[in-house]
Amino acid sequence: MPSRKDTAAVATYGDHEVITPENKLRKYVSERPLLPGEDDPVTRAEQALAELSTEFSSWMEAECDRLDKAREAVLKEHFTQANQEALFHAAHDIKGEAATFGYPAVAAAADSLCRLLEYTPDASRIPLKLVEQHVDAVRAIYREYAVSNAKELAATLTKRLREVTDEFLIRENRDRPEVIEQITGTAAAPLAPE
Amino acid sequence: MRQAVAGFSPGSWGSMVRIDFNRLRFLVIDDNAHMRRILRTLLHGFGAREVYEAEDGASGLEAFTHYVPDIVITDWAMPIFDGLELTQMIRQPGANSNPYVAIIMLTGHSEKKRVTAARDAGVTEFLAKPISAKGLYQRIVNVVANPRPFIKTKTYFGPDRRRNVNPNYVGPERRKGGKADVIRQAPLLDKVRAPS
Repeated sequence: MPSRKDTAAVATYGDHEVITPENKLRKYVSERPLLPGEDDPVTRAEQALAELSTEFSSWMEAECDRLDKAREAVLKEHFTQANQEALFHAAHDIKGEAATFGYPAVAAAADSLCRLLEYTPDASRIPLKLVEQHVDAVRAIYREYAVSNAKELAATLTKRLREVTDEFLIRENRDRPEVIEQITGTAAAPLAPE
Repeated sequence: MRQAVAGFSPGSWGSMVRIDFNRLRFLVIDDNAHMRRILRTLLHGFGAREVYEAEDGASGLEAFTHYVPDIVITDWAMPIFDGLELTQMIRQPGANSNPYVAIIMLTGHSEKKRVTAARDAGVTEFLAKPISAKGLYQRIVNVVANPRPFIKTKTYFGPDRRRNVNPNYVGPERRKGGKADVIRQAPLLDKVRAPS
């Protein structure tokens, strides 16, 4: 690949430098208005994503299976650093992808599991039943998504999971006020793309 | 007096500014194959042709060196080393051919402390999942059309973390010293706009 080494203008001050790199990308900017019949790039990308969406249900299934396997490993071996990370990453990916895949109500349950794993100082004290309830909730919300009142049930279920999780986390972090502030001040996972 | 403004913002460049995507080279680094596919789909939808992928921080750094991308889009949580560490490795003056590359961090982490940590590592733009075509487009337009200067101190090298100047700010100026000599002035070669 050819080198794209940058040059830059540098101004030096008392304790810092301000560097203005050459903007090689500026030449790719255009403020020309769209021509009649020309597609807006955002619309074009959304259409491309819509065409891909036939895959999303199977992708969500695969992510739920991955979460389930991570849960099984924790149940079998109890918490190790490796299986805790695997469980967290599986839940974290679902939290980030669920809305894109068309299942936004799944994200909050996955987020609650992430919080449980991230903010517990000693993972061995996490009740495995609470882990199981989270994973079962994620799977159930996904599985029953087509049911008419699934989103209301998901909201109720997730709210209760979150309450139980927060009670546990506050208890476990009673000597760490800065963590409690994060726990009580952290906003819920966004359920829809911006 | 200026005030340090924390965090990231989509910027003021809206949909009226467009980019010739087919001349930009992207590197997408994410350990999740589904997310890589989604990003590739969106970027191709915008018109990009050159989209390279890596599935962890180490192969991402290797791909960065090999492909010399214009824009890096990276996840945070990844095996071997994560997106934050990758950013810190890229933002090493003299260590690679483009420490100024635009880095967009796309992550499910949206807590304030995470956003601040990403900013302090030298990330150019932060985009919280779930992803949207509009959000990604805005971040790309912002890094291409409206890049910030870089600041180099003893403890930081990356895009200026002060996005705005607040004329009403009252308080100490944390950056010390008056203006000194301009020590090097290289020509800005490519200020030519694409033909309209």
